[in-house]
Amino acid sequence: MLMFVVLPLVMIAVYAFTDAAGTLTLDNFRRFFTTSEDLNTFAYSIEVAIITTILCLIIGYPAAWILSNARLNRSKVTVMLFILPMWINMLIRTLATVALFDFLHLPLGEGALIFGMVYNFLPFMIYPIYNTLDKLDNSYIEVAKDLGASPFKVFTKVTIPLSMHGVMSGVMMVFMPTVSTFAIAELLTLNKVKLLGTTIQENVNNGMWNYGAAVALIMLLIIGVTTIFSDKEDTRANETGGLL
Amino acid sequence: MAQNDVIIRIEHLSKSFGDKRVLNDINLEIKRGEFVTLLGPSGCGKTTMLRIIAGSISADEGIISMEGEDISGIPSYRRPFNTVFQRYALFPHLDVYDNIAFGLKLKKIPRDEIDRRVRKYLKMVNMSDYEDRDVESLSGGQQQRIAIARALVNQPRVLLLDEPLAALDLKMRKDMQMELKEMHRKLGITFIYVTHDQEEALTLSDTIVVMNEGLVQQTGTPTDIYNEPRNEFVADFIGESNILNGIIPCDEKVQFIYHEFDCVDKGFEPDEHVNVVIRPEDIYIFSEHLDKAQFTGVVQSCIFKGVHYEMTVLTKEGYEIMVQDYNAFKPGLEVGLLIRPDDIHVMHKECLRNSFAAEYAGDGKVSFLGGEWPVDDTANSEILSGAKEGDRFIADVEFRAVELMDESSEGTVSGKVFFILYKGNHYFLTVKTNSGEKVYVQTDDVWDKSDLVGIKISPENIRLRKAEEERGQA
Repeated sequence: MLMFVVLPLVMIAVYAFTDAAGTLTLDNFRRFFTTSEDLNTFAYSIEVAIITTILCLIIGYPAAWILSNARLNRSKVTVMLFILPMWINMLIRTLATVALFDFLHLPLGEGALIFGMVYNFLPFMIYPIYNTLDKLDNSYIEVAKDLGASPFKVFTKVTIPLSMHGVMSGVMMVFMPTVSTFAIAELLTLNKVKLLGTTIQENVNNGMWNYGAAVALIMLLIIGVTTIFSDKEDTRANETGGLL
Repeated sequence: MAQNDVIIRIEHLSKSFGDKRVLNDINLEIKRGEFVTLLGPSGCGKTTMLRIIAGSISADEGIISMEGEDISGIPSYRRPFNTVFQRYALFPHLDVYDNIAFGLKLKKIPRDEIDRRVRKYLKMVNMSDYEDRDVESLSGGQQQRIAIARALVNQPRVLLLDEPLAALDLKMRKDMQMELKEMHRKLGITFIYVTHDQEEALTLSDTIVVMNEGLVQQTGTPTDIYNEPRNEFVADFIGESNILNGIIPCDEKVQFIYHEFDCVDKGFEPDEHVNVVIRPEDIYIFSEHLDKAQFTGVVQSCIFKGVHYEMTVLTKEGYEIMVQDYNAFKPGLEVGLLIRPDDIHVMHKECLRNSFAAEYAGDGKVSFLGGEWPVDDTANSEILSGAKEGDRFIADVEFRAVELMDESSEGTVSGKVFFILYKGNHYFLTVKTNSGEKVYVQTDDVWDKSDLVGIKISPENIRLRKAEEERGQA
């Protein structure tokens, strides 16, 4: 446990705060925040992650709602079909996306990147939202109707607020991995678009371990902050079935 | 009652879930300002009826109207009714104040008016200081108070309550009953209350609607229902009672447990077979001056019930009678019993024997209840001579003649014990066959409700008659 979880993290921190010679320094961080190219990559990564998350939410919420609605979907098999891609290796799915774009003669690039990201991470958005909606006690909806809420108001005043923790879980599940992704970017943009993950990978591949570690640490920090954020939201969600 | 006193009228209401008919041609009038209770065992259709009134489910047939206007097509959120549910269902994402204000905010009522009304109803349910509390931090009783305030704050024309106190403990339930009654008095609106607790119904209601098997069994004031039950089901369901077989020789006389008693009932056929209901608290019990007694018996058991003792007395003639008295009479003691004429309640019997619609199946057999039964030639020779397959008969079978078997495979058809009535020295059972028909059985054996049984009838006990006078009985 200690060896596989804590040690690598400590190693990253140690590398991040030292230079190639092993002396303690903050140069790596200074370099990151002064290199405009890397800063742009950083901003762009966050942007892509946000766009992906928003798109996943826009597509995922209605999908989850339809799946959890007993009148529209009677079978658990449909749910399985939606969730199944989660368990397939991301690289395979990405390669399949590349093949699909080739087949349709669509250019690879930014559009393909966003498509691939959304396609890859959509199940991670649907599943936690579906989970909370599915467990949502029908009596709340009945009460709301009884108190004079039209079906639309029931949805906005009860269903959405009560499924917020599922939404938060979904957002985390999508946002965090998209920030750090690099394989998808490489494959779907033919290396034209650089994401933060790519920066780390390039540096590490080129033997610049210390700088790579520093960037990785910054990324970890961002992921960590968002997790703490979602933890607060999730104290109640854990009882009612979010995924995180 | 004048026409315009009726706020809700239900006409020929029926509802089925799949094959199961939950409500069967219900007719009911609810008057303005009344506290009406729908009372019945679980599965009797009372909650379904409330939900149809609320509009959350729709009826298959029938009309429900409010003040003469058909409201069947109006969705629940536009009906001027509000419901209090058994499982409070307070919104967990809102605090107490916002829960109560939920309905008012939807109606876009000005904020200060909302504020005034929320506080008013919080006060009414004695929860004034709880506005900002998280609903999950409240106890069950407090949550239910908030749920009641949340419904009442919308000032509904009718408040619907679906077993609102069922999840509370006894003490809390008693307190809340009193508070509900007080609220009803203060507000003057109509309350429709659903419960399976007969005591709660008797305590709270102006009118009780006793339901069973999707049918209204009796409608009346609590005293009417208690003192003048219309059939065995109501007598058995409401309070404790001795239900016995009797015969009316002439007006104001009734014979049961091998004795003749004076009663106040008139208008029965001479020698009509009836059910006699006597409440255990209406029987006088004494151990001295036994010559004054109408009949005597020996105490079998004596149980302390808090205020009174409940004794089982075995009469000389072999009937067990339940008696309640403030004094204890020890088991083994010989006691005298006496019943006053107006404490004897006499009811018509629904039927005197089983009558099944039967069809000749050839070879000396008839089919009914989904099975084929051999019949005795000698008893039915006249009717069977020249009978062809497919000829229709009525098969009469006495209650006593139906035999029940432990193993459902041992009988010609199988069924389930559905309703049990103890009649002093024997049991009167209603058995529902797999085909959904009812068979009445008189037996000395003890059965439990929902027991699976085989039904057997010996050939000599089946009497066939022509089907000309065929009526609905099946």
